[in-house]
Amino acid sequence: MAIEVRIPTILRSYTGGAKVVEGTGDTLGDLLTDLDSRHSGLRARLVTDAGALHRFVNVYVNDEDVRFLGALDAKLNDGDSVTILPAVAGGAFGFAAAAAIAQHKLAAVATVADGEAGRRVSAAR
Amino acid sequence: MARYDSLLDACGGTPLVGLPRLSPTVPAGAPPVRLWAKLEDRNPTGSIKDRAALFMVRAAEEAGRLRPGDTILEPTSGNTGISLAMVAKLRGYRLVCVMPENVSTERVQLLRMYGAEIIFSPAAGGSNQAVATAKQIAADHPDWVMLYQYGNEANARAHYETTGPELLHDLPTITHFVAGLGTTGTLMGTGRYLREKVEGIQIVAAEPRYGELVYGLRNIDEGYVPELYDATVLSRRFSVGTRDAVLRTRQLVEVEGIFAGFSTGAILHAALAVAHEAARAGRRADVAFVVADGGWKYLSTGAYGGTLADAEEALEGQLWA
Ligand SMILES: Cc1ncc(COP(=O)(O)O)c(C=O)c1O
Repeated sequence: MAIEVRIPTILRSYTGGAKVVEGTGDTLGDLLTDLDSRHSGLRARLVTDAGALHRFVNVYVNDEDVRFLGALDAKLNDGDSVTILPAVAGGAFGFAAAAAIAQHKLAAVATVADGEAGRRVSAAR
Repeated sequence: MARYDSLLDACGGTPLVGLPRLSPTVPAGAPPVRLWAKLEDRNPTGSIKDRAALFMVRAAEEAGRLRPGDTILEPTSGNTGISLAMVAKLRGYRLVCVMPENVSTERVQLLRMYGAEIIFSPAAGGSNQAVATAKQIAADHPDWVMLYQYGNEANARAHYETTGPELLHDLPTITHFVAGLGTTGTLMGTGRYLREKVEGIQIVAAEPRYGELVYGLRNIDEGYVPELYDATVLSRRFSVGTRDAVLRTRQLVEVEGIFAGFSTGAILHAALAVAHEAARAGRRADVAFVVADGGWKYLSTGAYGGTLADAEEALEGQLWA
């Protein structure tokens, strides 16, 4: 059996557009190495040169954030589900937006470099 | 019952209520596992954000950043805006909110009723876009004051000084605190306070998992983590899908009579996960979680419909760990 991995839109260029891919590994680090053998370049987008998870990447094993489970050393089991997501401004903010987007069936995709703005705001403070 | 000099003085001091019907049943003689809901919808404008708004405005006043008649500008999709609008009205400021154009009509109506002015940002960029738009507007109006809840220490301090102490006072045996993760103010402030006072306490975050559009960045480096966030305050962090959040929200009103917004459903989902884990392990647990707001502002989403039976069936096997 394998581990199912959900890929966010921005990283699907590495998976030939696939939303979900499969891999194996006893830890998250092993899994990412395994995935990289078939989806070259993916690992480098998630793990820094220093060997830590990228600051703006969140990885969840069965809905739980791996940073609290040992990060790249987090243990995995067959049948686990891994979800990779970029970090975004959250809260009820996102909830309201998600609900409304579903309602309005907006086809548009975000076009603005929003994270850049976030950093500018913090720099300006 | 209590008497207050003004609405602002009636902020906080919310009830903590037990949920005997949603708490896991444990075998006779086993240590009890109990769920407790902190009813933050009982704040002056109906959400936990009144605490943060009041503290942020007070801090700006004390620092001399805000003077009567000034204009406050804030990116917010609703609760913080509604809270700020009330505080601004009572303390003599003008409020301009920047929010995605697709927030629910109830929110817009409420904000206008409280006297706030609204500038809409494009829906597609979600909250990050609202932050960006607010920043542009702030550059055009250097005299306007942006409290910036994502990076304002008074947001977290509100919870360090009020929410945390209230919880400890009402539930000295608390073992877990579970809340939503937005600006992260609630979890950072309450979490820090409880960690200082309660040995071994678990601070658990529930973050909503949004639809794909919300994550529609062009690349990972455009990601955003609120400046207030400090991961060392948390013990665990769960990502909760919208479906789970909706079903738990419905279960809460159906089983315990608490009519809450959807972030509370996500929070309850995480609270139930840790409560059931404790029950299975035979450990005593007093799990307190936040009811961030009531359901009124979300009725127009239509997500409260359908039967609980459907919800329960769909929920089978959905518990974590
Ligand atoms: C309904 C609701 N739930 C949860 C949150 C998250 O709280 P915080 O911003 O303190 O992390 C918010 C804040 O925007 C909210 O409005």
